[in-house]
Amino acid sequence: MGRPSSRRRAQADALLHGTARLAAVGAGLLVVLMVLFLALEAAPVLHATGPLRFLTDRGWYPTQGRFNLGPMLVGTTLAAAGALFLAGPLGLLSAVFCCFYAPPRLAALYRRMLELLAGTPSVVFGLWGLVVLVPLINRLHPPGASLLAAILILALMVLPTLALTVEAGLRAVPTEYLQAAAALGLSRWTTVSQVALPAARPALIAGVILATGRALGETMAVLMVCGNVVQVPRGLFDPVRTLTANIALEMAYAQGSHRAALFVSGLALAAAIVFFVLAAEFAERRTRHV
Amino acid sequence: MSRKDHGMRKRIMPAEHAEGRGRSGPTLRRPAAVPYGQARQLRDGGEPSAVLLNRAFRADRLAAVVVWGAAGLVAGVFAWLLAAVAFQGAARLSLAFLTTPPADAGRSGGIGPILVSTLLILGVAMVSSVAVGAPAAVFLAEFSHAGTRSGRWVRRSLDVLAGMPSIVFGLFGNALFCKLLGLRFSILAGGLTLACMVLPLFIRLAEEGLRAVPTEYRQAAAALSLSPTTTLFRILLPAALPALAAGLVLGIGRALAETAALVFTSGYVDRMPESLHDSGRALSVHIYDLSMNVSGGDGGACASALVLIGLLLALNGGTAWLTTHWRRKTYRV
Repeated sequence: MGRPSSRRRAQADALLHGTARLAAVGAGLLVVLMVLFLALEAAPVLHATGPLRFLTDRGWYPTQGRFNLGPMLVGTTLAAAGALFLAGPLGLLSAVFCCFYAPPRLAALYRRMLELLAGTPSVVFGLWGLVVLVPLINRLHPPGASLLAAILILALMVLPTLALTVEAGLRAVPTEYLQAAAALGLSRWTTVSQVALPAARPALIAGVILATGRALGETMAVLMVCGNVVQVPRGLFDPVRTLTANIALEMAYAQGSHRAALFVSGLALAAAIVFFVLAAEFAERRTRHV
Repeated sequence: MSRKDHGMRKRIMPAEHAEGRGRSGPTLRRPAAVPYGQARQLRDGGEPSAVLLNRAFRADRLAAVVVWGAAGLVAGVFAWLLAAVAFQGAARLSLAFLTTPPADAGRSGGIGPILVSTLLILGVAMVSSVAVGAPAAVFLAEFSHAGTRSGRWVRRSLDVLAGMPSIVFGLFGNALFCKLLGLRFSILAGGLTLACMVLPLFIRLAEEGLRAVPTEYRQAAAALSLSPTTTLFRILLPAALPALAAGLVLGIGRALAETAALVFTSGYVDRMPESLHDSGRALSVHIYDLSMNVSGGDGGACASALVLIGLLLALNGGTAWLTTHWRRKTYRV
């Protein structure tokens, strides 16, 4: 083999290595770039008014320079909390069903259904909420488009994420634990609740955190069913507006400091998600060290 | 013994017991543990073991009912959702619906141009995310060993990126592609925004696919003194191709389902796009617009949703086929 060809080979290797590294670092920096851009767009209004006024201003009248995001924060928090309250137990039981109760074939089918549910577009959930759920709630208590509708739709959307994460955790429980439980003659539910679920606790925590992130960030489905009135709801049947819905609704025509204020809420969402994802990673990492 | 094992043991010991009741599952069924029951009876102050047994049995029964009930509820609601959309949508669905342009703001007519815009947006998104994602995955899987700091940081930041809400991607895309790069509302801007969204998923799956290539392949390549470049292009990438394809298909599914990131990057225009710089309405945006902003648009929205679900189901089936058949064939060493 002559020298030029080996040099060319070395060059090709170096080029490949360089390209791959560049792409990886670029992809890694994307999230930094994203936060930077949000901050840059949000900077004018943050600089002019200071962050506190987003909580203390009287009302959300962004064109008149009043930027109270409080009601939207409350709406987002309530909707996400309600969704988790509903989807948590149901998702957990779904995962348990898949791993311990269903016959293998049914379990596979059910898992496939959960995956399908997880991949269903949020507009389809929203559409169903709008066409079926909202009229139903309206008959119960007008106006129908309400915090309750948002909670129900969000719960349905968050459930598969949660169930699939917990199910993966349950399947990773060492077989010896289950064999030991069987050797002790434990009943099925005792095995699940006292052995399998405690052993899969990190996956459970990670699942809940990921589901929280999804519930906070979901836009379209919630926007379509929550009523979009800027107010702190006094009951489940009051319409609300979430942070994400607010961005999607007003971004189309927002100018100047109004637009910047929307970027401020995007920045707040991004910060919350960074926190939640890192927390989930921390929770998962603790499993591996045990 | 680790801390957790202690915890396990403590939890197992005082637990209830199903002494030989044939109700527990096939994997867990075991004959009675009589001495344990007696010990328990002694400890609990002589409560008759029959009472305890009965209680444990009833708890187990109740739990089974609750678990099956929850699973049934979830499946039922899902079936309801699908049935409602399919029932309302099927009335409007036809071949003409797929090919004709929308008329009267979408109340009548079809979704022809919208399908074209959707495909163009997907094309832009997938080409650009593969162009960046494939080399990045190669770096993570082949050039950075598990413990490397750079690899760990890239992975962590991709995890964060994967968790970002789509509306935040929309804001970012609007600020970067539409405004700063001057693309305005266009298919190009929407596709690039989606590429950012799909990137972490694609990289994760491609990396897993590359890692799953048997080590013997690399060792054989090294024994033949193949250069890293040749090894990658002649051995590793062909072997990982099914996984890469599966990642691509899943990425397409994710991109197809997206709405919020597209509303203010690729826009609302429902005409047939003439170039990538034109604004184009994606299928999901069409569903959103019809159901929210057009009174009497529900039928069209449901039909479009049915088309969208059909596309996703086809993709899903494609992925399943890829992961089982193709991959099995490739790894037969």
